[in-house]
Amino acid sequence: MAILRTLSEKPWIDKHTGPELYESPLVTDLHAKQIALNMLLAIITVLFTLFIVTFLARSQYPDFKALSADVWQPFYDTSRLWINTSLLVISSIFIQLAIFTLKKEKVKYALLFVLLSLIFTLQFLFAQLWLGVHLYGLGFYVTSNPANSYFYVFTTVHALHLIGGLLVLLHVVVRFWLKNSEQRLLNSLILCSKYMHYLLVIWLALFALMTSSPETYKTLAALCGY
Amino acid sequence: MAYIAIADQVEELHDPKSFITKYIWSQDHKVIAIQYGTTAVFVGLVALVLSGLMRLQLGFPDTFDFINPNAYLQFVTMHGMIMVIYLLTALLLGGFGNYLIPLMIGARDMVFPFLNMLSYWTYLLAVIILMASFFVPGGPTGAGWTLYPPQAILEGTTGDDASIILMLVSLAVFIVAFTMGGLNYVTTILQARTRGMTLMRMPLSIWGIFVATILGLLAFPALLVSAIMMLIDKVLATSFFMPAIVSLGEQMDYNGGSPILFQHLFWFFGHPEVYIVALPAFGMVSDVLSVHARKSIFGYRMMVWAIVIIGGLSFIVWAHHMYVSGMNPVFGFFFATTTLIIAVPTAIKVYNWVLTLWRGNIQMTVPMLFSIGFIFTFTHGGLTGLFLGNVVIDLPLSDTYFVVAHFHMVMGVSPIMVLFAAIYHWFPLASGKMFNVTLGKLHFWITFLGTYAVYLPMHYLGFLGVPRRYYAMGTTDFIPESAQSLNAGITIAAIIVGFAQLFFIINIIVSLRSSKKSEKNPWKAASLEWQTPEMPPKHGNWGKQLPECHRWVYDYAVPGEESDFISQDTSLEKTKGNPEGKNL
Repeated sequence: MAILRTLSEKPWIDKHTGPELYESPLVTDLHAKQIALNMLLAIITVLFTLFIVTFLARSQYPDFKALSADVWQPFYDTSRLWINTSLLVISSIFIQLAIFTLKKEKVKYALLFVLLSLIFTLQFLFAQLWLGVHLYGLGFYVTSNPANSYFYVFTTVHALHLIGGLLVLLHVVVRFWLKNSEQRLLNSLILCSKYMHYLLVIWLALFALMTSSPETYKTLAALCGY
Repeated sequence: MAYIAIADQVEELHDPKSFITKYIWSQDHKVIAIQYGTTAVFVGLVALVLSGLMRLQLGFPDTFDFINPNAYLQFVTMHGMIMVIYLLTALLLGGFGNYLIPLMIGARDMVFPFLNMLSYWTYLLAVIILMASFFVPGGPTGAGWTLYPPQAILEGTTGDDASIILMLVSLAVFIVAFTMGGLNYVTTILQARTRGMTLMRMPLSIWGIFVATILGLLAFPALLVSAIMMLIDKVLATSFFMPAIVSLGEQMDYNGGSPILFQHLFWFFGHPEVYIVALPAFGMVSDVLSVHARKSIFGYRMMVWAIVIIGGLSFIVWAHHMYVSGMNPVFGFFFATTTLIIAVPTAIKVYNWVLTLWRGNIQMTVPMLFSIGFIFTFTHGGLTGLFLGNVVIDLPLSDTYFVVAHFHMVMGVSPIMVLFAAIYHWFPLASGKMFNVTLGKLHFWITFLGTYAVYLPMHYLGFLGVPRRYYAMGTTDFIPESAQSLNAGITIAAIIVGFAQLFFIINIIVSLRSSKKSEKNPWKAASLEWQTPEMPPKHGNWGKQLPECHRWVYDYAVPGEESDFISQDTSLEKTKGNPEGKNL
């Protein structure tokens, strides 16, 4: 419990002294960015958690019709969602491969994997868009049911976060092109991969939520106090 | 690859040369702080004028033709939102956070200077979007600063069309700006402290800013979620928060939404927001009190713990704003209990401030006057908070002027007292000039006594049952006529306080233009920001060599030492030392 030890220090007593206390080799540029990224991921987690809590609360109102409740509902069959998910999983695998190859100093392969990761993330976004258009075509309008509203909100907010990640990934591609040092490229890729993997986890959570049964919602909502 | 500590990366520091990169698109934390500060003060003045207009209507009803019920509600809404978000949050964290963090922890700049610059310009965009709502047809929204649905987006509420959309978009943009800034503050404090600057050697200002920033980063998403969902309710007619409703004789398309859900989200942000404002103020006032009382802060560790505990507890008290909302009554018991618990660390802080003054060598400087003024106003505002935190007392007082008096004392006047204390305290550092003391004291006394003249009587209005947010009382049997006389008196006091702020503005402008320079470290403070080679500090803050931190920040009146303060960068060899920590 380092934090408790820190908070119990008595700074007014001289023995806690000396600049040497604070010469950690970990205090680096990468470490700083990792802290900022971790904090950002915590903020994103709070954001999605709050959306999910409101979803659970709203799911207990009588007009809510879950998208997976009955056979004629679109998410009763989840195959389409699985296809989309696989695209994001593949993208995550490619970015991880890019890190492995860059560590072995195979820069060209690393660039190839980054580009592939970019392409699969883009494909995921188009697939999600297509899914939304498909649902709309079937008459699942944004306003016709709160479950539909949440589907569009969840996928849009998640997509916006992914687009942010894509832009950063594009920046990494530019760095490849500018022939930045391998260490710098690796640092950027490590940060990017963490963000993209995390968005995959969030998508899996949203996927699980949107395809759950009304009974599951009822249980979860009860746990949240509704 | 060999890692280089951030503190040693001198060569990576940007060094602007042109006017534009130095003063406009600047990445220097000091310039960004001043940009944040001036923008926040500007919108704050707009909000101040709005409050003056409200008071004119309340004090002298039927006198001013241009203030109709709709305009009055617009003033209420914009005054509240601007003051809480765009002035206090921006000035305390964007302004003082930016200025003080690198200087107090011995860093050259923020860890991500570009992001810092982006944060300010995004904040400015949020302000411009908000201000644009004054100029759209119908004027700004009159939904009340809490923007409660369903009325906030329904026809019949002023500014239900473009203005409410502008307000929600502006809030979303503000949150993006805050997030960029906040990530910077947290990372800089954790990663860019100079050698020897352990967490427990940081000044309490930095502790306050640090914990408040974490609160902001975790609480603002709740406002973002509610803003996004309400925006969609408004624009696409979804029913997240909107129940089935008949408006102006017509059945609306909305169905089944929950307005209470919005209230929960709003206050899940709204209550931590109180501490987002209060904690930096707590921290800064601690430092100002210690410097001007020439005495170490009493109970430093307890002060740090109190900041951390208040930060944690602030997330589980939100529903004390909702006792009358119709939520489950059992919740009231829980939230009343947590509210009373959070009063404990807060009270510890107040005791510690008073004990810091006890037997100190108190210098009645302008910053000190404002700091002592804060202890009064905060104690009064805090005590009425204990009343309102109890369900049975809150029910009759809810939505009366007692609530208005309470939150203005605790969240309006108190942080503003600290802001003035802080501006006067650090003005010589930021400008290299000294302000006019007479004008400063005049500013203090009129503001301090004037705010009491404004808010103390409001408690009585609240006891009488005078409701808040009403444009006019009309003929209400239970409110005696003397309430109107009291209202007129409050208005006169408010106008005097409003105009007294001109002393401050004139003082700042005249002092900045004056050729008379301040001496270096005029308050003889021990913290690092006063130890820079130049005053005001130049780009990069520290010249070639970063300072080293050898001691805590409150070494005042150390027994046996010649000087009555020892700066943090003074090595132990140069002093006699105080191994047992006696009399500190």
